[in-house]
Amino acid sequence: MVKINGEQKAVEGMSIFTYLQSENYNTQRVAVECNGNIVPKSQYETFILKENDSLEVVSFVGGG
Amino acid sequence: MNTNDDKLIIGGHEFQSRFILGSGKYSLNLIEAVVKDAGAEMITLAVRRANTKEHENILDYIPEGVTLIPNTSGARNAEEAVRIARLARELGCGDFIKVEIMRDTKYLLPDNEETIKATKILADEGFIVLPYMYPDLNVARDLVEAGAAAIMPLASPIGSNKGLATKEFIQILIHEIDLPIIVDAGIGAPSQACEAMEMGAAAIMANTALATAGDLPLMASAFKDAIAAGRKAYLSGLGRVLVRGASASDPLTGFLRD
Repeated sequence: MVKINGEQKAVEGMSIFTYLQSENYNTQRVAVECNGNIVPKSQYETFILKENDSLEVVSFVGGG
Repeated sequence: MNTNDDKLIIGGHEFQSRFILGSGKYSLNLIEAVVKDAGAEMITLAVRRANTKEHENILDYIPEGVTLIPNTSGARNAEEAVRIARLARELGCGDFIKVEIMRDTKYLLPDNEETIKATKILADEGFIVLPYMYPDLNVARDLVEAGAAAIMPLASPIGSNKGLATKEFIQILIHEIDLPIIVDAGIGAPSQACEAMEMGAAAIMANTALATAGDLPLMASAFKDAIAAGRKAYLSGLGRVLVRGASASDPLTGFLRD
């Protein structure tokens, strides 16, 4: 299982790009961190999610 | 004096407008009108976990040419603020970051000590750092030393609309600190924004004052006018205040009497 934004998902073996697409994220509008390290957009396709990885997918929202 | 030449410079970037807008707590559909009527060139944003169910993205609602200033809201210490700042930069909208660190959830007061730490780390990484802080001269000096591009003291608790509760201390920062002092948080009315600008603040940041107003674009326009008026008054130099007594505005000769 991979922890993504706090939820456990069975997506190990999938690339970050494939996962983001499967969830309908706009890859141009998100930033991704895996196990505390930022994953550059250029690595989304080659970065394969592993068992116990912890992923954060963030975007901008309104704020002060 | 031509006020067109009066620019606000932050981290090497020039701005004509001295009104920084927040984008929280109101409809994305209002952003364009608010930005336009505020004449704003800078807008703040927050970073949160992305929601796949919401396909609308705030970036699609912000007019082109407006400088984005992500904040580190949600951070409880320097480490978390640095993490959020790096993610914000990865979102690809520039190097500005408003450092905002709170460990108090009731009054949402900034943690000055952690803010200094985060400012140092982020400035060293090339960010243009705007630290939100409780107005304390010693802390402001440490923030300058840490590499801040401007200092953002709070006027009163975030979202309170209570105005310039920390007026005397902000005035000290304006007198003593060479960086732009941007009054942030608590400014609830255009008159308060005007007063801060008359004191010599470099800019005003407002969010809740607009978000809780009746007509948001109209209030944005009112703030714009008030900030411009306050700036002009500051540049002019305010007239003196008498300690006691009065001073006639009319000639003291030629009275129609005797």
